[in-house]
Amino acid sequence: MQARGLVKRYGEREALRGVDLVAEAGELVAIIGPNGAGKTTLLSILAGILKPDAGEVGVDAGAVGWVPQQAALYRRLTVEENLLLFARLEGHEDPHASVEEMLELAGLEARRGEIVARLSGGNQQRINIAIGLLSRPAVLLLDEPSVGLDPRQRARLWEFVSGLAGRGTTVIFSTHDIQEAERYGRRLLVLADGESLFDGSAEGLREAVRSEAPEAADRDFETAFVAYLHHRGH
Amino acid sequence: MRWLLLKDLQILRRSPLQAVLLVAYPVLIAILVGFAISRGPEKPRIAFLNEVPADTRVRVGGQQLPAAGVSDRICSRVECVHVKDRAEAVDEVQSGEVLAALILPADLVDQINSLSTLTPGTPKVEVLVNEEDPVKAQLVDERISTLLAQANLAIARRIASEGGRYLDLIINGGKFEVVGQAIQILGLRASAQILEALAPALPPGPLRNSLGEVTDFTARARDNLDVAGPLIKRIAQPIVVEKEVVDGSAPPLEIFAIAVAATLTLAFVTVLLVAGSLALEREENAFARLTRGLISPSALLGEKVLLGMAVGLVVTLLMLAGLQIFVPLQWDRLGLWLLAILAGGGALAAAGAALGAAAREVRAVSLLAFMVTLPVAFLSLVPSGAVGTGVFDLVEIVTAIFPFKPALQAMTAALDSAGPGIGGPLLHLAVLIVAYGLLARLALKRFAAA
Repeated sequence: MQARGLVKRYGEREALRGVDLVAEAGELVAIIGPNGAGKTTLLSILAGILKPDAGEVGVDAGAVGWVPQQAALYRRLTVEENLLLFARLEGHEDPHASVEEMLELAGLEARRGEIVARLSGGNQQRINIAIGLLSRPAVLLLDEPSVGLDPRQRARLWEFVSGLAGRGTTVIFSTHDIQEAERYGRRLLVLADGESLFDGSAEGLREAVRSEAPEAADRDFETAFVAYLHHRGH
Repeated sequence: MRWLLLKDLQILRRSPLQAVLLVAYPVLIAILVGFAISRGPEKPRIAFLNEVPADTRVRVGGQQLPAAGVSDRICSRVECVHVKDRAEAVDEVQSGEVLAALILPADLVDQINSLSTLTPGTPKVEVLVNEEDPVKAQLVDERISTLLAQANLAIARRIASEGGRYLDLIINGGKFEVVGQAIQILGLRASAQILEALAPALPPGPLRNSLGEVTDFTARARDNLDVAGPLIKRIAQPIVVEKEVVDGSAPPLEIFAIAVAATLTLAFVTVLLVAGSLALEREENAFARLTRGLISPSALLGEKVLLGMAVGLVVTLLMLAGLQIFVPLQWDRLGLWLLAILAGGGALAAAGAALGAAAREVRAVSLLAFMVTLPVAFLSLVPSGAVGTGVFDLVEIVTAIFPFKPALQAMTAALDSAGPGIGGPLLHLAVLIVAYGLLARLALKRFAAA
């Protein structure tokens, strides 16, 4: 996945200002930043939902699986019916086999017949991600996937996502949870006001904090990150 | 597209309340309309007191006319509640048990008979009403006025008929009964012939001249009274209505009522279902996922319109089948029914899609669908002449923009051969399908961006 010089404007406001992103196969990339930083806009452009005003994305939209922040599935259908519908819409030759594969991957075989509305938020999110994986994408985009989940559900979600990355899927996710980004992101992309401030590992970000805001360098990662943003004028 | 259609039907099946409403609504409407049109117009309850002695008859020229059957005529048009006396009539009216009371006083026939004397009276009937409700008061006035006009007409026809018979007797002669004895009347025609035959027997002179004058008089009287006979008969109903239909052809009222009920059902089912279903795609966050390469926005709209047409067809046919219990329908016109339902359903579904794409939220969509469909349906039933010209022009424009009226016209034409042609409404609906389809597609751009 390669994106170069992405610019997106909403009227006078610039949501993205020349953002670059490169992600390798099997890499887990976390996009972090304050509200209005441009995280969702960037993911939407990478997913092909939005068109950038400038710049280009070097991946076929068909190779990208997209998982929106809010579970995009039908709550009155069962888990299996949801997966079957999207497998059919994807044009799978054997949609039932694809459903079985995704149920196994998401660990929801036992709950296949349950109406989605009756499942927990965590399980709904797993189906949401499983639907995103139905197209067997090389790149999976997750927009704040752990919002609204309790710690146990979050742990199960990340176990699932890490497993995908382990099998070679490139995963790019946005999050407000800095600790989560530090823990699961192999690379961090820091955005603020549509501008890319940092692109590197969590250790690299700590080093950057140490050089730019030394007073916060030894504190927890979130405090250090906020100090870094503050130092950069955000 | 078929998988999305299947998905929507699965969701519909999983919403028991919605599914029950979709089935229960047309059945309920069918039962209500069926009862209403099979019972016919309600007869108003009127307390009726006839104080006229049973053997009294209207007399003309000393002869009693046969009974006009006024009581029977009145009671065939209203539900007569026969009362014993005036006090009971007053009680019935005050208690609201009857709309009004009609009292024929004992001297009514005497007063009618006095019209042909030198001292004519004024025949009167008494009407007791309770005017606590202005609508009720107006209804009573109209009903009683109509009843009395019909009674007057019946009496006038009897008198005119008898008058005509007497004139015929005077002109042509014949038998006439007086106090049980038949008298032979010569008649003017025979009198003139006798006088003409006598004239040559008289010597020329004053007597023969006088006989000539009498002969002339009888001939003129005969000729003029020949004209008077039909004239008297026409007095009973001087103006005859000759109705000519210059435009439009109306089907029976019960067929129109069925068409209204069926179109109303079709409108609510399709508009609400399609608008709600489209808005649901957004509320479930599925729209962006679907239109990201899985299906185009236009195909999604097509699927929703197809859903509305399919469900609308089933529900409307269900309703028509229910109405068959009350009113026999022309099932041999099923092909035209299907055409009308599918075209009407298509246009209404396209309008629903435009509403759904514009309003975007299921609750807002439901409210908007009701707010648009109900008033337009009522406006579509306003006939020309019922409101001012300017207002009616406006009504025409509004009802032409929304598919309800052309759908109603198509349904009416499909249900009965006496109705108007179906071609015009179908063309109108086709234009609306395209127009609303384009509007919905345009609104979806904003839908996706939201």
